[in-house]
Amino acid sequence: MGQIFQRSTNFISRISIFGGVFFVALIIWLLLEFNRSSYYTQAFFPREQPVQFSHKHHAGDDGIDCRYCHTSVETEAFAGIPPTKTCMNCHSQIWSSSPYLEPVRESWRTGKSINWTRVHDLPDFVYFNHSIHVNKGVGCSTCHGRIDLMPLTYQVASLNMEWCLECHRNPEPQLRPKNAIFKMDWEAPPNQQQEGARLRREYNIPSTEVLTSCSTCHR
Amino acid sequence: MLASLTLLAGCRQDMHDQPKYIPLRPVDQVGTVSDGRSARPLVEGAVPRDDARNDIEFYTGKLRNFAGLNPGAVPAGRQQGANQAAANQPGTNQQGQNSPAQQFQGFVTEFPMPITAADLDRGEERFNIYCSVCHGLSGDGQGMIVKRGFKRPPSYHEDRLRQAPVGYFFDVITNGFSTMPDYASQISPRDRWRIISYIRALQLSQHATEADVPADKLGDLSKPPEKATGKEGEHER
Ligand code: HEC
Ligand code: HEC
Ligand code: HEC
Ligand code: HEC
Ligand code: HEC
Ligand code: HEC
Repeated sequence: MGQIFQRSTNFISRISIFGGVFFVALIIWLLLEFNRSSYYTQAFFPREQPVQFSHKHHAGDDGIDCRYCHTSVETEAFAGIPPTKTCMNCHSQIWSSSPYLEPVRESWRTGKSINWTRVHDLPDFVYFNHSIHVNKGVGCSTCHGRIDLMPLTYQVASLNMEWCLECHRNPEPQLRPKNAIFKMDWEAPPNQQQEGARLRREYNIPSTEVLTSCSTCHR
Repeated sequence: MLASLTLLAGCRQDMHDQPKYIPLRPVDQVGTVSDGRSARPLVEGAVPRDDARNDIEFYTGKLRNFAGLNPGAVPAGRQQGANQAAANQPGTNQQGQNSPAQQFQGFVTEFPMPITAADLDRGEERFNIYCSVCHGLSGDGQGMIVKRGFKRPPSYHEDRLRQAPVGYFFDVITNGFSTMPDYASQISPRDRWRIISYIRALQLSQHATEADVPADKLGDLSKPPEKATGKEGEHER
């Protein structure tokens, strides 16, 4: 009986052991990438909304401040979606017979809320708070992108834990002065490194250990 | 592979979507009502616990005798003013038969809280958020939404509104005025007074140089808080 395993099989088996390891690693890597891909996180996909509400028109072209509609963003965890009354402030008069606005008028007549589809939705085991970010120099556009150019709202960040941590480990490059929080076209000045460090002291932002501790976000 | 797929199939989203009330999430039922909201509207007649709203002047802008606690007791001037404005041409608001003195009767004439430079700055910020879209950054009534077809509001710099008592402004913000919507749910009472202090500053700043300043410079003029606060300070209690 001749040898079943020739000398060369040693080589093959080595290859296949390595290959197997690489294959498993590849699968894991693919899964992780998939997890971060915009397909999975739903970034860049506009949602179907009951009213074709356009931030581009309202915030961009008409220059309405974010806080006119998202009133609680500076004081509460939750930014707030405007109630129908806020839309009617203006739309009782302008575009008051437009078919696009029929759902708004119907909601106003019947007192039923408009069912907006959520765009950003963190899992319920994560605690997020707008007011702390907005009051400590993180602007809307850092996390939400150029909302004022979006005809339909979409998410630009993955909202992964990795994404939050990336900033919590090193917030300096993103910090702005107070009066620039709502500026949509803010860009870091050339001396952002010193600026960021100065602002971090000014805002009294705690250490990286505190910001990245699990119980900051999972409480 | 198969094993990991089976494991993946076991993943559930229970902890992602927990059965609790969070803002804006539609719910099937709360107690006995099922309109889909977890945040309940206020019951009629509810009184905030923090302040029993005893300070009528602070919360209504009306003098105690005029405000009354029954809803019928609206200052006489206000009702006439509103009816009359509604009957007028859009944006004109001229005075008909009743004089400003009558229209503004019953409103508080002094700020019911001290106004500091910080209050004025806050007022400016809030004004720019909530009022400038219609009234324009300088209060001339040429805001963006007006350019898109909303009724043009009167300029703050016309005589009648320069003489209007601060309480009257408070009442307009709180209850609206003819075609102007009310801002009671969007602006806290304290911020309303701050906005008014800023409007006063705008009026003062524009009065001095009204005619001879080019329109595009009016915005700069809206920032002489030192002078304006000085004036405002005289009214403080
Ligand atoms: C005229 C009122 C109005 C203004 C002004 C406005 N928004 Fe909105 N915003 C809405 C409405 C209504 C929705 C819900 C519909 C949607 O998602 O498009 C919304 C949704 C959003 C969302 C997504 C919410 C979700 O479901 O996750 C973000 C983020 C947002 N707005 C940011 C901003 C920013 C930043 C500004 C200022 C540049 C701004 N908005 C100005 C009315 C407004
Ligand atoms: C401060 C005034 C103001 C408020 C508040 C406001 N809108 Fe508008 N809206 C406008 C103006 C002005 C236009 C015209 C757009 C343009 O031509 O720039 C418009 C246009 C629209 C249109 C149709 C035009 C288009 O294609 O965008 C829709 C739909 C609409 N608004 C929905 C809403 C909803 C929903 C709300 C409440 C969340 C709202 N608006 C609140 C001023 C307002
Ligand atoms: C640090 C990043 C960050 C900043 C800065 C930020 N947001 Fe958000 N925003 C989020 C996240 C994350 C969510 C999703 C929250 C959730 O699902 O609970 C969100 C959700 C929202 C929503 C939906 C309603 C809600 O509160 O869940 C609105 C509206 C909104 N943001 C508006 C704003 C505006 C306006 C600003 C600027 C003043 C702003 N955001 C600044 C991260 C941010
Ligand atoms: C662009 C930078 C940035 C991003 C992105 C960001 N954060 Fe923050 N976060 C900050 C800063 C700065 C603070 C302020 C810390 C302080 O002063 O307490 C903060 C504070 C917080 C706090 C409050 C900590 C406390 O002491 O109460 C929570 C909770 C939080 N972040 C959650 C999140 C979550 C969840 C995400 C992702 C969805 C996120 N953050 C994304 C910059 C960021
Ligand atoms: C800055 C905020 C923040 C901090 C700090 C943080 N997390 Fe998270 N974590 C998140 C967010 C946001 C998610 C949701 C990610 C998603 O939806 O993909 C998450 C998801 C998770 C998940 C995944 C749950 C699932 O079902 O996918 C685990 C496990 C987790 N975090 C553990 C931790 C641990 C352990 C720590 C401390 C070392 C920690 N987190 C610190 C924000 C944070
Ligand atoms: C949606 C557009 C709009 C916004 C926003 C708005 N107003 Fe007005 N305002 C009007 C219009 C229109 C009139 C004229 C009403 C009429 O005569 O029918 C008016 C009139 C007024 C008047 C004069 C009343 C009189 O006796 O003639 C005052 C004072 C006033 N507004 C204050 C404010 C303040 C303060 C704010 C911000 C909190 C504000 N407005 C925001 C549209 C607006």
